[in-house]
Amino acid sequence: MTETTGRHLLEHELEERLDALLFASPSHRSIGRLAAQLEPLPRLRQELVLHWAGVAAQTYAEIGHLIASLAPEVLDKLGDAGFESWVLAGLDAYDKHGLRPAMERLRDVDGFRAAAQGARPAAFEEVEVRLGRFVQGLSGRPLALRAGSAAWTDTETIFLPKTLGGLPDIVANRRLYKATAVMLWAQTRYGTFAADLPAALARWTERPRAIAWLSLLEAVRLEACVGRDLPGLGAELAAQRGDWPTILAPMIGRLSVADATVADSLACLADCMESGAEPPLLIQSGTLDPEAALRMRDERIARETRVLRKALGALRGAAGRPAESEPALTVAPAADGVTLEFRIEGDVVTLPPEAQAAVQSLVQDLGELPPEVLTPAGPGSWQPTDRREAGTTLAGENPEAIRYDEWDYHRRAYRRGWCHVVEHSLGGDDDAYVAEVRTRRAPLIAQIRRRFEALLGEDRVMGRQPDGDDIDVDALVEAVADRRGGREPSARLFARRLRNQRSLAAMFMVDMSGSTKGWVNDAEREALVMLCEALEMLGDAYAIYGFSGWTRTRCDIYRVKAFKDAYDAAVRARIAAIEAKDYTRMGVAIRHLTGLLVAQPARHKLLVTLSDGRPDDFGDEYRGHYGVEDTRRALQEAHQKGIRSYCITIDRQGADYLKHMYGPANYTVVADVERLPFKLADIYRRLTAA
Amino acid sequence: MDRYDSLSPQPARIDAEPYYHPVADEVPLFEAAWRRRLPVLLKGPTGCGKTRFVEYMAWRLQRPLVTVACHDDLTTSDLVGRYLIVGNDTVWVDGPLAAAVRAGAICYLDEIVEARKDTTVVIHPLADARRMLSIEKRGELVPAPADFMLVISYNPGYQSVLKEIKPSTRQRFVALEFDYPDAEEEAVIVAAEGGVDMELARKLVKLGGLTRNLKGQGLDEGASTRLLVHAAQLAAAGIAAEAASVAAIARALTDDPDMTDTLGDLVRAVF
Ligand SMILES: Nc1ncnc2c1ncn2[C@@H]1O[C@H](COP(=O)(O)OP(=O)(O)OP(=O)(O)O)[C@@H](O)[C@H]1O
Ligand SMILES: [Mg+2]
Repeated sequence: MTETTGRHLLEHELEERLDALLFASPSHRSIGRLAAQLEPLPRLRQELVLHWAGVAAQTYAEIGHLIASLAPEVLDKLGDAGFESWVLAGLDAYDKHGLRPAMERLRDVDGFRAAAQGARPAAFEEVEVRLGRFVQGLSGRPLALRAGSAAWTDTETIFLPKTLGGLPDIVANRRLYKATAVMLWAQTRYGTFAADLPAALARWTERPRAIAWLSLLEAVRLEACVGRDLPGLGAELAAQRGDWPTILAPMIGRLSVADATVADSLACLADCMESGAEPPLLIQSGTLDPEAALRMRDERIARETRVLRKALGALRGAAGRPAESEPALTVAPAADGVTLEFRIEGDVVTLPPEAQAAVQSLVQDLGELPPEVLTPAGPGSWQPTDRREAGTTLAGENPEAIRYDEWDYHRRAYRRGWCHVVEHSLGGDDDAYVAEVRTRRAPLIAQIRRRFEALLGEDRVMGRQPDGDDIDVDALVEAVADRRGGREPSARLFARRLRNQRSLAAMFMVDMSGSTKGWVNDAEREALVMLCEALEMLGDAYAIYGFSGWTRTRCDIYRVKAFKDAYDAAVRARIAAIEAKDYTRMGVAIRHLTGLLVAQPARHKLLVTLSDGRPDDFGDEYRGHYGVEDTRRALQEAHQKGIRSYCITIDRQGADYLKHMYGPANYTVVADVERLPFKLADIYRRLTAA
Repeated sequence: MDRYDSLSPQPARIDAEPYYHPVADEVPLFEAAWRRRLPVLLKGPTGCGKTRFVEYMAWRLQRPLVTVACHDDLTTSDLVGRYLIVGNDTVWVDGPLAAAVRAGAICYLDEIVEARKDTTVVIHPLADARRMLSIEKRGELVPAPADFMLVISYNPGYQSVLKEIKPSTRQRFVALEFDYPDAEEEAVIVAAEGGVDMELARKLVKLGGLTRNLKGQGLDEGASTRLLVHAAQLAAAGIAAEAASVAAIARALTDDPDMTDTLGDLVRAVF
């Protein structure tokens, strides 16, 4: 701190000092406002704020900015010492969890104060990853976790409060998160929504009381279910809740037996409601929203019905039937007795995979296929639904664009020359970025390099050479035997050491869509730096391209490093320049880059894609199932050309379409963006291990 | 020169019945393939019983078994045979493949993708209608007797681009697909192999199922039957089930500390 006494600094002086500290912050423009806020503070506090804002800005300019902007409030609430520990906690969060958690931690001034006073609530972000994996392990189907205002589930997502502070310390609060999530998972697993709850609850006028009672009764039943299947977890739930409220005592027996269902809870509910008692509070039971769960089920049914009807309409179109006539459509169990067989005008037809999945899901929800879902969608529904909305006109067509076909799964055919690709070289002159990452990540780079060293393996000994630095004993013995046996001995009796030849070319395709903005983009760039540092050691041929775009007529490919480019200052500057742009039309990017990769002389060719979620594009249906099918198709085309592909998705929700799109063995989900830099290099290492 | 039979390995028969619990129709399929002289390819994740199955079938069909664990330095000579110098003489010694052919044994090439591509080619004439082993160095063509059978295995979960099985190789084989058995059957196996009661075996299998739910979500593979058996064996030796599971399953599956935590949570959930 330069000076600690004297008159307080005036706005323009503060502005100058802040400007020097925070010049790198994207929020730089608002520095005038910051200065005005800080002006009324005494000099001592002004210097304190400037000091810590400066320290933080060296880590990350934006954090410095946030600290300065919240400083008056924090100093007021927490005092000088409190202010310092608040800053340190924020920087600590940055080191451990990254930018966004750090910013959130700093913004939660009240949470910090509560923690300082002893009762520290747990935050959803702290538990999300570990708990998400745990629930995934329990359920085996994608059940997303999201922060919401209450704890409940709609059967496809578990919502949990942003913070939980009901228990005295943070460890207990984290356990509470776990218990709550488990109870909600149990609702979906053990049939809470199997009964028509909205109808059953309609009996009671005091709906909130009825719901509170039902949640509680179900909690008793579900805990018993969990305890039977997973005793350890059951014991944890029981310990967490303590003793059951005495008012429940007469019902526990009935609800805990193995064949108790939600109908038993509903029967008990009637008694409880009639008794007039208020339901005691159970901290981990969560609540119920039967309508939302039902809506989710209805939506699922409507969605699957649409898919099925559309597929049937397309099949009818393909069969050459006039669209207006009602086709004679029949559905009957197939010979295997399990699947259903569809016939149009007597001919057996095969449904596309998504329609088959829809049939399975409908049968699960409805028990059978009712006739209305079997009406094919209206005429022309198989036509491409690509409406040319604003910005998608062909007017801006670029004559240099290369055209690629795209797969239309409705038609089961390609749309010819549908996508227009323009390759750009990414401009950039920031040569400091890579140097900075290299320094900051030096230990990790060293670790990755050590692991890569193992790939180089031993030198290979080539036997039976006409000359060399060693004698090949096998060959010699054979030659001796041949001579004795009267045959002509071979003269190739030497062995030669050869450097291990990997003959591998790898293409890295990096998502530059708008959704990567912020820390995904940061992680991508860091990951590429690590990768280059490691790959340079191996000598494999590699290229890096970014992709983004805006509709099918403007698919942009950005060259970061071509195969022929060396990893030099220009390439390093282009890595720094990778930024979030528009949309993700993945199929066409795969097709274009596959073309570049095929031209490589290497024996093994590998395409690694890095993206942050579903394929998506503006204005047409690419973001839906269409994009998934096109991407899948493009990967299959690559496979036919002898290219192995591997897809890395940074998708916190880890959705179920991935397996279909990428093929089960060929992708990985990185839930924790922070780990991407290490992961990318490590995945490459595993993919190319000999 | 023709003293090879004294130095060459003599494939041995399996006397005691290996424990194998059939999970689908793999036993009749294998038998039918053997009778029709078709080679067999076993696919499946690691530790799901492929090796054990072959041992069992060899016993059942009363054939000697020759197993070769393939690795990337395995040369054609290692499989087919080579000359050795004995005193002043050179003597031919059969490799395991040639020995198996002569003895009418079952030859099991485990993890075939590990072998070098040029090595795999020697099995081609053996694996199609010719059923011949060509021993180039001796200028000898050995026809395989009716009893001889070639079995190869591979784990499709392998992700390396450098390890793919060529279509010309795989299309010579009848393929049997293995996977982890249903929970109850897997529990029977774990109880029998691990020497624990069914109650503990069921819990271990439950844990195995939970870890398999995490495949592709941070784990390359879930726990194999082999790992469950290992945990059971530790438990049978007196280690507490929870600790045994952490050591034999959680730590064996991953080095990632976060993932180990999650697996630890799952272990605690089950016990
Ligand atoms: N069906 C089964 N019957 C009996 N034991 C089994 C069975 N399946 C698995 N096992 C047990 O699992 C262990 C591992 O099986 P095995 O070694 O045959 O696996 P594998 O499929 O050959 O694996 P890898 O691909 O890693 O070689 C066996 O030692 C045995 O204890
Ligand atoms: Mg094996």
